[in-house]
Amino acid sequence: MILREGDVRIPSGCAISGIIDKSRKRFSGEEIIKSIAVMRERGNGLGGGFAGYGIYPEYKDYYAFHIFYDNAEIKKQCEVFMDEHFDIINLSKIPTKKMSEIKDEPLIWRYFVTPHPTKLKASQLDEREFVAKSVFKINTRINGAYVFSSGKNMGVFKAVGHPADVGRFYKLDEYEGHCFTAHGRYPTNTPGWWGGAHPFALLDYSVVHNGEISSYDANRRCIEMYGYKCTLQTDTEVITYIFDYLHRKKSLSFKEIAAVIAAPFWKTIENYPYEEKEKAEYLRNIFASLLITGPFSILVGHQNGLVALNDRLKLRPMVVAEKGSRVYVASEESAIRIIEPTLDRIWAPKGGEAVVINATEDK
Amino acid sequence: MNYIYPEYEVVRNYARCITCRACENQCSNMVHCYVECESRMESKDDNCVNCHRCVTICPTRALKIVKSTHTFRENANWTGKTINEIYKQAQSGGVLLSSMGNPENYPIYFDKILINASQVTNPSIDPLREPMETRVFLGCKSHKITRDGGGKIIPKTTPQLDLSVPIMFSAMSYGSISYNAHESLAKASEQLGIYYNTGEGGLHEDFYKYSKNTIVQVASGRFGVHKDYLNTAAAIEIKMGQGAKPGIGGHLPGTKIVGAVSRTRMIPEGSDAISPAPHHDIYSIEDLRQLVYSLKEATDYKKPVIVKIAAVHNITSIASGIARSGADIIAIDGFRGGTGAAPTKIRDNVGIPIELALASVDKRLRDEGIRDSVSLVVGGSIRSSSDVVKAIALGADCVYIGSAALIAMGCHLCRSCQSGKCNWGIATQAPELVKRLNPAIAHQRLVNLVIAWEHEIKEMMGGMGINSIESLKGNRLMLRGIGLNEKELSILGIYHAGE
Repeated sequence: MILREGDVRIPSGCAISGIIDKSRKRFSGEEIIKSIAVMRERGNGLGGGFAGYGIYPEYKDYYAFHIFYDNAEIKKQCEVFMDEHFDIINLSKIPTKKMSEIKDEPLIWRYFVTPHPTKLKASQLDEREFVAKSVFKINTRINGAYVFSSGKNMGVFKAVGHPADVGRFYKLDEYEGHCFTAHGRYPTNTPGWWGGAHPFALLDYSVVHNGEISSYDANRRCIEMYGYKCTLQTDTEVITYIFDYLHRKKSLSFKEIAAVIAAPFWKTIENYPYEEKEKAEYLRNIFASLLITGPFSILVGHQNGLVALNDRLKLRPMVVAEKGSRVYVASEESAIRIIEPTLDRIWAPKGGEAVVINATEDK
Repeated sequence: MNYIYPEYEVVRNYARCITCRACENQCSNMVHCYVECESRMESKDDNCVNCHRCVTICPTRALKIVKSTHTFRENANWTGKTINEIYKQAQSGGVLLSSMGNPENYPIYFDKILINASQVTNPSIDPLREPMETRVFLGCKSHKITRDGGGKIIPKTTPQLDLSVPIMFSAMSYGSISYNAHESLAKASEQLGIYYNTGEGGLHEDFYKYSKNTIVQVASGRFGVHKDYLNTAAAIEIKMGQGAKPGIGGHLPGTKIVGAVSRTRMIPEGSDAISPAPHHDIYSIEDLRQLVYSLKEATDYKKPVIVKIAAVHNITSIASGIARSGADIIAIDGFRGGTGAAPTKIRDNVGIPIELALASVDKRLRDEGIRDSVSLVVGGSIRSSSDVVKAIALGADCVYIGSAALIAMGCHLCRSCQSGKCNWGIATQAPELVKRLNPAIAHQRLVNLVIAWEHEIKEMMGGMGINSIESLKGNRLMLRGIGLNEKELSILGIYHAGE
């Protein structure tokens, strides 16, 4: 029997792409499908997915849960849990299109929820922590239910298949948002189900990732001490939790997070001016076990923007481009040119150099 | 009548021997003697400890030492070793004494663990072309971030040790080893950017200049402990136990308490230096906490405090207790750890392997969410760079090496340190023997060893696609067991090869 991803660790090669409009002007999901489709050669049809930000303006104050269910029985079980912990404002099947390229689909449901006020109060947690904890409870305790998206005014759409097909399957062209990321996956073996496809998300943080990190188990064993549980054995999952931990719980800026996970070399730090040196040394020291080694290029989506980061040796390709209020990031330049042939600027960021793109204040 | 037949025989090739009498000169055990009337050398095998001094020094390679083929009637239960021990005790009425680490045939888990390497999906990294980092900080890694009014991070940590490579020289006292051996360790540490440890023998006034690289020990006898000793050090280690003799103290005979040794230990010449089995002010965990904080108070909270314990059955709870007692670093010494002298039966039968102790402690501290509040240093015994890599991947921050350092200086592991007649000038206080160890050469040999290991560690890290040692720490997916049973694998927290 082929093991499901999570019971086995599967390395992958990949393509990533992202588009953000800094002025929060919304555009159709069609564009990101076009971009990721160019890099078909970088995937093998065993995983594709998208994250869209600003796609649920009518429900923007509610957490949007996207959930995979193995069967109706598990759905019932999970909904009992959801009812106990949340007020469910709206629920529906996520609209999909039947197509021969996408097989073995689970039940895919969407819920707009807000934490139950008395439950939230009793938990003594802040709202986001309460939601994150609930996601972990479902994912680790209800076998066969899997929350793969849990942020506000954002959503993840993923499946086993080529990303262009996955986009059409989820009718992504019918969504409008101000930021989209996409992923085409090349896993070495059959994932067995859809959970391991990218993006990986927790709350409004979503990560698409190309690479295989050599620090995986060091990172996993560290982050699991701080309330996270890695169920999928994928790099992307652990990277998402590290971002959530350092950004949401430790209030580090994205530049500071880059100085932890893709830390500058000691030799570089030595030549920093005194104050910067002290800070870089401090961050590397206290968060030593969150340093990520091995190849990666990642795109981290969040409620206020997009972050692009390469490993410190730049062992994976990644280019960034600008045009007006739009910023594009992709594994290959062709994936940007296909949607915007004339660019104001295009460059390849150095290894470890975080590109932090902030959208304007959310009104 | 002596019931014991010599264990080793000195074989002399008379065709090569030029009767230069160098062997006679060099042997403190008086094995060799010149027979005037016959103009030839003779040997007294009974005295030989197989330390190879004569073999190495002989200019014509006329000597070798072989294991005696003399044997008892075969018996799986009553081995020659056991029978000889009984003869010795029947004659002396005393406790059997031994030195260095447990030599018995227990499993060596390091030898049943294999290391990973990258193929295809992830590139290996060539340390000759790319940066490969082995710098390590030891101490509490608190994730509590504080910022000033302007939002800038205040980069303040509790005191830390800063090492160029995660290897330190473990505690060996001045008294158990010689002045020259200590000087070699101190010098090498300074040159390498690592630390050595005074053991419970005080710090000789000549070595205060190496204090930046010195860890001073506070053990149950409190020998050599005073304010300057504590304040000059880079870190303070409370020694609760030692892998070679868990549960018992130490005894340096009065014959070795002479001159500078007596002054440095702050005890009268000729008096036995007896370190009690427990610290008599520490009968429980809360007492340890008081000592940790007393030492921190005495040094103005500027020094990390290490608590060293022997790996025993209940190690996980003990380590967890220590982690909550204000210690910055926990050092665990496995049952293979060396010693200058220990009761043989304790050395060979008490304690547990460091690999299992380390894996359990690392896991327990993580389960309790307190792994980042202490660093883990392990020793007893780390024999090579691959042991270092495996120890770190199992979860250690750093290793202690003792026996390997002594061997680098010339020790031949004859395990007779307790006699004080070390022909290599290491485990002795006899001036004519001490001077055989030249610190200028010995410290360079120590430096060479650590540099060679560092090269090998970097090669193995690069092979795994890891370019900084912190990404190796606790990275157990990089290890696989070979020939281990389910229980052993589960304690080590690793998969079997092929999985």
